[in-house]
Amino acid sequence: ERGHGPYQPHEPGYGLDQPEYSPYDDQIPDPKARMLAIQNAKAYLLKTSTKSGLNLYDHLANVLTKILDEQPTNTVDIIENISKDVKWARFQKKMDTLRDEYEILSTFEDAEKCKALFIKGEENEEVIEEEIGQSPLPNVMETAFYFEQAGIGLSKDESYYIFLALKNLTSVQPIQTCRFWGKILGLEMNYIIAEVQLREGEEEEEAGEEVTEEEGKGMDEVEEQDEEKQKEDEPPKSTYKPPPDIPKEANGTGANKFVYFVCNEPGKPWVKLPPVTPAQIVCARKIKKFFTGRLHAPIVSFPPFPGNEANYLRAQIARISAGTQVSPTGFYQFPEEDDEEEARDTYEENPDFEPPSVAEMVDSLSTWAHHVKNILKQGRCVWINPQKSEEKNEDEDEEEEEEEEMGEQQEETGPPLLTLLSEDEGIKDIPAWTAQHSTNLIPQHSVAIIQSNRWPGAYAFASGRKFENIYFGWGHKYSPENYTPILPPPVQEEYPSGPAITEARDPTLEEELAFKAAQEALAAGEEEEEEEEAEEDD
Amino acid sequence: ERVWFWGCIQGVRGSYYIAEGLRPDRAAPRIRLYSFNCLDWKLLTPATKEMVAQAEQLKGRFQGDPSFEYSFAEINPQAAEKLFGGGMEPVIKEEARLIATIEQIDKAVGIVPRGAFVKTPLGSVHENRHFEGLSLVEAKKLSSYFHFTEPVNLTNKTLLEKANLDPSTDFLDSLEHDIPKGSWSVQLEKGGAVVVLRSLLWLGLTFYHVPMTKQYGYIYFGTGEKNMDLPFML
Repeated sequence: ERGHGPYQPHEPGYGLDQPEYSPYDDQIPDPKARMLAIQNAKAYLLKTSTKSGLNLYDHLANVLTKILDEQPTNTVDIIENISKDVKWARFQKKMDTLRDEYEILSTFEDAEKCKALFIKGEENEEVIEEEIGQSPLPNVMETAFYFEQAGIGLSKDESYYIFLALKNLTSVQPIQTCRFWGKILGLEMNYIIAEVQLREGEEEEEAGEEVTEEEGKGMDEVEEQDEEKQKEDEPPKSTYKPPPDIPKEANGTGANKFVYFVCNEPGKPWVKLPPVTPAQIVCARKIKKFFTGRLHAPIVSFPPFPGNEANYLRAQIARISAGTQVSPTGFYQFPEEDDEEEARDTYEENPDFEPPSVAEMVDSLSTWAHHVKNILKQGRCVWINPQKSEEKNEDEDEEEEEEEEMGEQQEETGPPLLTLLSEDEGIKDIPAWTAQHSTNLIPQHSVAIIQSNRWPGAYAFASGRKFENIYFGWGHKYSPENYTPILPPPVQEEYPSGPAITEARDPTLEEELAFKAAQEALAAGEEEEEEEEAEEDD
Repeated sequence: ERVWFWGCIQGVRGSYYIAEGLRPDRAAPRIRLYSFNCLDWKLLTPATKEMVAQAEQLKGRFQGDPSFEYSFAEINPQAAEKLFGGGMEPVIKEEARLIATIEQIDKAVGIVPRGAFVKTPLGSVHENRHFEGLSLVEAKKLSSYFHFTEPVNLTNKTLLEKANLDPSTDFLDSLEHDIPKGSWSVQLEKGGAVVVLRSLLWLGLTFYHVPMTKQYGYIYFGTGEKNMDLPFML
């Protein structure tokens, strides 16, 4: 007999309205841990699948009900088919008209960028053939091979990508020499840095100079307004002049000898870093900050850094280059016409260079020499007297002459170019450089490697005539002491108070009259005395 | 039972290569060995609290010579008295400093992905055979990585968070609440094929994981000094 109402015998759920079989029985909270575990397990089974809208608990219940209803033979062997059948029976046409948006994986986007690297440029094919002999492109893979002997470097894949990215750079920019400088790690992204010398005459006008010109015009306008206002009794103008800005070195000399291009990953466009100013170097010496990987990030620090992350990066690159770019002694020499007096700026390759053996290069540090100029405390490589520079405003010849006059400030000197490494100071009792062979097992083919202890992450290798420097690290100097930020300057003192400026009450009328009377009495007394004296003289 | 290459601590005159051996219960204290040429390995004694306390006073690079003695009298006489009590000489050998440093690094920044290890009801910890790797979305979050040491913060979580925890996989501290905030740098490399975490507290500790696979691991390559300037640098 077919009855009416819920839970007919043939329907699933039959019998579930009995008090002990209801699925909601165990909702009564039970303090025992075991019941809690059972509840959790059941809750897990009841979790709905996001794909099909079913949950395991209901599905199992359906399958078991179907089996009990139909009672097939050899159930255990066909249980999977029964389960599939139950799922098919529940098939509902997908009425959801929303389509999943096609999600572009970030992997795909990155691959697209890298793909651009591998495409060969179509234009200028003839020009390329002529220039192949003098290509400025460095052989990154060869350098990577030598550094790999010491366990330093990036993976072959990444080196090759960097190689292709540098090739792109040289084809886009007018470059004379190019070198892979290294990689600086950052919090969100890393920087890959290329050191480049642009061809002469192709340098762009500095954006910085344009800015100062505009500021000059702005100053003139302000002065005119001030003159107009002077008729209106302005408060006295402050005579304080801030100490003059030390001018940055011209492109192509000193700290700005090379131009640096950075990119976050090979495949991304190369960005040119602005030239570095002495103020930035001086400030960079006082702060220690991680790079985030975004060039426009502000640097929040004390003393406040004049610039954003791109400037800080450039300043650190300048410091690292000045401190750790080395070459075997004698590889570079000074051209002979140079005067002893003049600051030695340039060097050229020595054609008669005889490379010392690898063992010699490792044993003694005097076989290595710096070939980048040391940066003075002022922030420049060539000292400039800021007093003089105020008078002759933008005379660029200043930078080539040595300042022999002692102005108000002491002239700063630093170690000259091509100093031997053995003269580098150590830090406390740690030598400035550590040298080792790349391998002790095969001395014929081993390479001499030195690493800097002052700038951890700077390495250099030498093998016969080949040598190269590289930097992999976070971009900070090593100091055994903890970093202490500079304290703010002391509070300016007030003008000392004394009787001259202390306020006093004005005298009242009676006091003034009394004072006047006393004065007159005194004056009358004096006159009498004078008259007496005059009488006596007579 | 298993041996991992832990990393390399670079001293001024030589580098220590360190290997760690694990017992069947992965949470048990590990056995550590060091070598200069990866051929001859020497066993290190387990770390003790005194060793760690003494080594914290030392600053500067490792020298590269395990019998080098740091003299406390020069460094910090008051601390020397406190730590050594009476009778013992206030020196500490570089070997002890090495042990203490490795222990500190493992404790502070030794990390594993979530779900890679399970805790059995008996308390021992094993690798999870069903661990198939974190998904790309999970791999970018700091909460999917755990410190592989005794948990400190676990019991301080709110009830709401605790309800979502699964006691077999979530028995360790996650990286989310590390102080100072931002002391980990998470980067995806190779277009998302590998996620790399670098610790900023111990510069040189690098952890990698290939999402959707079982591959992960960490290694330390550095000078063995804690970066005490971290709060200034962030």
